[in-house]
Order: sequence, then C-alpha cells, then structure tokens
Amino acid sequence: MSGKHTNEMRTPMRRVRGLGAAHTGTGHFWHQRVTSVAGIPLTIAFVAIIVALLGRSHAAVVQILGSPIVAIIMLLFIINTVYHMWIGMQEIVLDYVHEDKLKLVTLMANTFFCFAIGLASVFAILKLSFGV
Amino acid sequence: MVELTLPKNSKITEGKTWPRTSHATHVTEFKVYRWNPDDGQNPRVDTYNVDRADCGPMVLDALIWIKNNVDPTLTFRRSCREGVCGSCAMNIDGTNTLACTKAIDDNKAPVKIYPLPHQPVVKDLVPDLKNFYAQYSSIEPWLHTTTATPEKEWKQSHEDRAKLDGMYECILCACCSTSCPSYWWNSDRYLGPAALLQANRWVQDSRDEATGERLDNLEDPFRLYRCHTIMNCSKACPKGLNPAKEIATLKKALVDRQL
Repeated sequence: MSGKHTNEMRTPMRRVRGLGAAHTGTGHFWHQRVTSVAGIPLTIAFVAIIVALLGRSHAAVVQILGSPIVAIIMLLFIINTVYHMWIGMQEIVLDYVHEDKLKLVTLMANTFFCFAIGLASVFAILKLSFGV
Repeated sequence: MVELTLPKNSKITEGKTWPRTSHATHVTEFKVYRWNPDDGQNPRVDTYNVDRADCGPMVLDALIWIKNNVDPTLTFRRSCREGVCGSCAMNIDGTNTLACTKAIDDNKAPVKIYPLPHQPVVKDLVPDLKNFYAQYSSIEPWLHTTTATPEKEWKQSHEDRAKLDGMYECILCACCSTSCPSYWWNSDRYLGPAALLQANRWVQDSRDEATGERLDNLEDPFRLYRCHTIMNCSKACPKGLNPAKEIATLKKALVDRQL
C-alpha cells in the first residue's frame, strides 16, 4: 500500500475519505482525448512537412516554413502537442511521485518546461513567417 | 513513491520442503508463500507435494489437503468453495483468482501461490483488506432517495434492471483491485476497480435519486482518474465481469454532464 499510515488510530474510513473529492479531473480527461484526436491529422501533416523539407537548402526551408498554411499547421501541431504533453506528464507524476515537496517541484518543472518549449517553438515559426 | 523492490523485512526467502506422504503416485508440487507475524522471520516459500489421488480438483482442495495432512499452520481464508463468497482470492500462478474455482491442472507445475499483491499481509495467504472495504463503504452502496418511500416497492422496468447486469454479480473478492498497478501505487487515494464498479452499479440504478452527488464524490484526479485503462481488472475478474468498462461508463457520465 502506498502512502504513509503513521497514525494507525485513524479509522480506514477517515483515510479513504481524506480531504474529500476535488471535483476536478474531468476537464483534463476530456482535453487529453480531444488533443489525441486532433493529434492524428496534425502529426501526419507535420511528418509530411518534415519529409518535404528533407534535402532542401536553408533558404527553401525558411520559405516553406514561413508560408501561411504550413506555418499555421506547424503552430497548431506545436500547441496541441505541448498541451497533450503537459497533461500526460502531470498524470505520470501523480501516478508515481507521492512525496509532497518532490511532487510540487516536479509538477512545476513540467509546467515551466512545457511553456518554455512551446513558446520557443511558436516564436521560431512566427519569426520565420514574419521574417523579423 | 512507487515501490519496485520489497522492503528488507518483506524479502522472500527459501522455505522448507515438506516430505512427501508415502504411497502417493500422482503428485503435484505446490510452492506457497508463508509469513508468520509472531516469529520475526522474513516471509518464505514452502514446498508441498500434494497427493492428487486423495485430493479434489481445485487449488482450494489442495490447500485444504495440505492443512489437513501436512501442515496445520498454513493459514488462508475460505468459505463457500463455489465462487460465491470471494474469501479465497489469492495470487495463483501469477494471476489473482479464486482458489475454489481454479483447477489445479490449469496451472503450470509447480503451482505458485501468494497472497493478493500489494496489500499488507495478516498471515500466510490472508491479506488485510480494511482499506478495500472502507473504499467500498465510502461509495455508499445502498439506495439513496428523497421521494417518500412508496407503500410497496421502488419500481424498475425490465430494461432498467438489465442495466445492472454485469455489476450486481460482483462478490468483492478484490482480485481486480489488487491486480491494478494504479491501485498498487495509489491505493490510499484511488478507489480501485471493485469500488468503482460498485459505484457505477448505483449510478446506473434507475431507482436511485442521488446520481449527481454520487458522481460529485467520484470526480477527483485520484479517486477515479488514476484509472488508465490498463485492463488488468477485467483480465483478473474470476466472475467474468468487466470493471474497466464500468469505469469508462463513469467517466463518460462525467463528460456527458458538462457537454
């Protein structure tokens, strides 16, 4: 059994009821499904774009990634994937990390990492697109 | 934190090999987990040779034979011997099941028998299921109504009654919950497949008037959403039920009420 049962005087019912139900979780559950479905066409499109870029010159790659349709697909792919990744990693942390401090640090690190990687990727596409 | 190794005092050691009884011609070897809370020793696995000519066909028959003929200290729970009470749930040949409905010959020899996984052990094959029963109790498995009680019975159509099929048969043996990795890691907060199947049994009951409150009490990242459809529960259930499907029905109800 996981968790600490240091206070054995508490009844099993007290431990099971704990702090009560959080009344959340359905949002993340539903968003995880929506981003999975959206990920199917977006990943196919992403792979197709990468294949199309293979062997081309730097200038050609910049031009293709900067064109509106390709840039929008890339942005959708990045945002969808990063959001999916953020929820997924949070689920894994809740599954396996039980020590309070470590859990908070890990959850924060996950959020920071996803925001940073997502924003950097979006910035890169926008920069190519607007040529600034 | 997830526990991938056993604590020092739970490490299993080589046990005793009990002598064969004489005259036995058809013998099956059993390797059984033993732990006594009173002797301060680590758990061990003892080897027994069961005389099949003198023993019934099921694993429970073999355990009873061992207790009667070889080692009266072997401790396990049993009652109905026909898959109705759920007392003799244990891990046999790597799968949680009922000893009374599992044929000896359906296992690889030697037949390995351990208590239900990841529960505290009381003695030998007897797990401490206090937490499991409290979880069942926490879903309030009885009819909740606010309408005045009718003079006769609460009525239910045949169709609505049929919706409880596949759930009311659950005998709470704990084979499903203790086969679930999510339950191993988070049994203090995750209700587990058995309690969730029972929760859905009351959510789906057409006579119950507290469906919303029941769903409120389940809507929690841990109580319900630690289920990641691993499906060990449905594979393990000795009654052939499908707890994974009932949990999916609960999740669907929670999505339905906000879309």
